[in-house]
Amino acid sequence: MDFSLSTEHEMTQKMVRDFAQKEIAPVIKEYDRKQEPVPTSLKRMGELGILGLCFPVRYGGQGMDYVSLGLACEELEAVDTHLRVAMSVHTGLCSMTLFQWGTEEQKEKFLTELASGKKLGCGAFTEPGCGSDVSAVQTSAKRDGDFYILNGEKMWISLASKADYAMVVARTNPDAKKPSAGLSSFLVDLHSEGVKTGDLHGKLGVRAGSTGWISFSDVKVPVANRIGEEGEGFKITMAGFDHGRYTVASGATGLIRASRDVSVKYALERRTFGKMIGEHQLVQQKIAQMMQDYEIARMLYLKVGWLKNMGERSTLATSYAKKFATEASFNAANEAIQIHGAYGFSDEYDAERYLRNSKGAVIYEGSSEIQTLIQAGYALGFREDKPLRCELPAYDEAFWNE
Amino acid sequence: MKIIVCIKQVPDSEAKVVAADGKASWGDAPLVINPFDEYAVEGALQQKEAQGGEVIALCLGPETAKEALKHALAMGSDSAILVSDPALGAVDSQGAAKLLAAAIPKIGGVEMVVFGRQTLDDGTGLTIAQTARVLGWPLLSFAGAIKVDGGKATVERVFEEGKQTISASLPAVVSVVQSIGEPRYPSFMGIRKASKAVIPQWSLADLGVTAPTPVVTRAALDNPPSRDVTCEIITGETPAQIAEALAEKILAEKVL
Ligand SMILES: Cc1cc2nc3c(=O)[nH]c(=O)nc-3n(C[C@H](O)[C@H](O)[C@H](O)COP(=O)(O)OP(=O)(O)OC[C@H]3O[C@@H](n4cnc5c(N)ncnc54)[C@H](O)[C@@H]3O)c2cc1C
Repeated sequence: MDFSLSTEHEMTQKMVRDFAQKEIAPVIKEYDRKQEPVPTSLKRMGELGILGLCFPVRYGGQGMDYVSLGLACEELEAVDTHLRVAMSVHTGLCSMTLFQWGTEEQKEKFLTELASGKKLGCGAFTEPGCGSDVSAVQTSAKRDGDFYILNGEKMWISLASKADYAMVVARTNPDAKKPSAGLSSFLVDLHSEGVKTGDLHGKLGVRAGSTGWISFSDVKVPVANRIGEEGEGFKITMAGFDHGRYTVASGATGLIRASRDVSVKYALERRTFGKMIGEHQLVQQKIAQMMQDYEIARMLYLKVGWLKNMGERSTLATSYAKKFATEASFNAANEAIQIHGAYGFSDEYDAERYLRNSKGAVIYEGSSEIQTLIQAGYALGFREDKPLRCELPAYDEAFWNE
Repeated sequence: MKIIVCIKQVPDSEAKVVAADGKASWGDAPLVINPFDEYAVEGALQQKEAQGGEVIALCLGPETAKEALKHALAMGSDSAILVSDPALGAVDSQGAAKLLAAAIPKIGGVEMVVFGRQTLDDGTGLTIAQTARVLGWPLLSFAGAIKVDGGKATVERVFEEGKQTISASLPAVVSVVQSIGEPRYPSFMGIRKASKAVIPQWSLADLGVTAPTPVVTRAALDNPPSRDVTCEIITGETPAQIAEALAEKILAEKVL
């Protein structure tokens, strides 16, 4: 077993780190305070190829593997969660889903625009009335000749007001025996007539990112934009979560690291009772926990990256990685605040932002409760990986770089 | 135009360097391309983009320095060469200049050699001028902008006091400063190319030279004296009073 990263991986990590540290770290507090998206983030991530990191060059991507995607997410979220959220929705939920399920024509047309960063994508599943229970979505898509007519509303959609395309799950068959069998997936052009989008305000975290809503009112979506077959929408959405959750897991790992780093720094500066606080065992215990959690979270997501490279299903491994890393990142940020004492309570320091940003990931892309059900489902034999009609292509260096 | 960019590998700027027994150590901090040399690579790539041609990254150092060369490749250099030989012990700036000046003619057809203004480790900034001297080429130092036209290089030298424009015929040695522009990030295509690159290694025999004898040797290496600092918080009723008390203190301490 080889645990080492390749030179390519290490250089990718450094490049993404340098970008985030140099361009985003200096301004993040300002935008987070103003609750406004950092205006340059998406543009720069597109220009630098980060948004299309793991796709074949032939589809406008950068030809790197899936491990590189995880490493990039770790670096991005170590600076701010909004950067990684863009990867989760644009790269994970939208582009990777398209890469897995799209026809050759769809990949040539849409993936090329998305992977090259010319267009932005998002994933629109949640609605005002349902989140965890995707099979309950109400947005409808009625076939009308060469089009589907979409009606409904999506809520809590990251990049809703910024994206050009949304991967949408909608109900095409209200009479299906199983509600989940009545769903289909569509790549909807958000510039179409009848689409409205807006931003949500007053969020606890990811304040420098955009989270919003999309409403569809008699939106005509060409049949050519249906991803997969009619009735495959639930499977496609779940498969897409495998990709999104991988980016959430690797990103949360970066957040643990960030909490650890600020904690170590502060523990070596602040003195109480005649000692550096880092010399108090109770402070050491908190830092040791962050060290250990970082290491575990990293191993878990790297394994998922490896499984993806091999072309193997990673639903369970992804669930472990996502649940562990997001919960550990919340705990790490919480303890980082504790180590900073009152200063941790102030937005002069980073720890409070880490805590606010960490909480969302314990909820979105399958809450911790849903992850627990998935894991128990495998253990008890209620769930198993059945072959999918389309699998995410295994990383093939030659094909990727042709 | 064939451009050489000379780069060095140094400990990361965040590394905590400690001196012990006359040697510097920096724990497990990574070794990186000298940050000033990233500007040199940027300057060289800008010239390639303006003039066409190629950029070759050249480094004198141990085998591990190939990592720094890979960074230059990933940024967009066309090829890289490492000068390395087990027979090389401590090399001073003059020795480095002699070795680089032996490698440059071997590459052949070079019209410009670009350096960063200094290194982060030894920081003498001397190798640049010494290389120019050994090559017998003019030196255009502290360039914030470079323009090549009709076999002549014109550079804008940037100082705190102002700017100066000077020119010299090619081939020439140029050292660049930050005003040349922020170094570009490696591209992913560059990263893939760099990680697969087999970097040729030239020995002393390849260069047809013997190990240069240092003319400057390091007699001692000491840590900076630990600072004896006391902290005093000045209080007062009003900001004006605090400012007055602070000014008095500063004057009494003869800081100003
Ligand atoms: C910052 C942010 C960004 C988001 N971005 C997107 C996006 O880009 N695209 C998108 O589609 N959605 C997005 N979401 C929505 C997110 O995916 C949903 O919030 C999530 O799926 C949970 O759904 P819900 O909020 O409706 O909660 P509910 O499903 O109503 O759940 C409420 C609570 O009940 C628990 N629960 C639900 N079912 C069960 C069960 N069977 N057993 C035990 N407990 C259960 C949940 O874990 C939760 O604690 C985002 C959310 C946030 C906060």
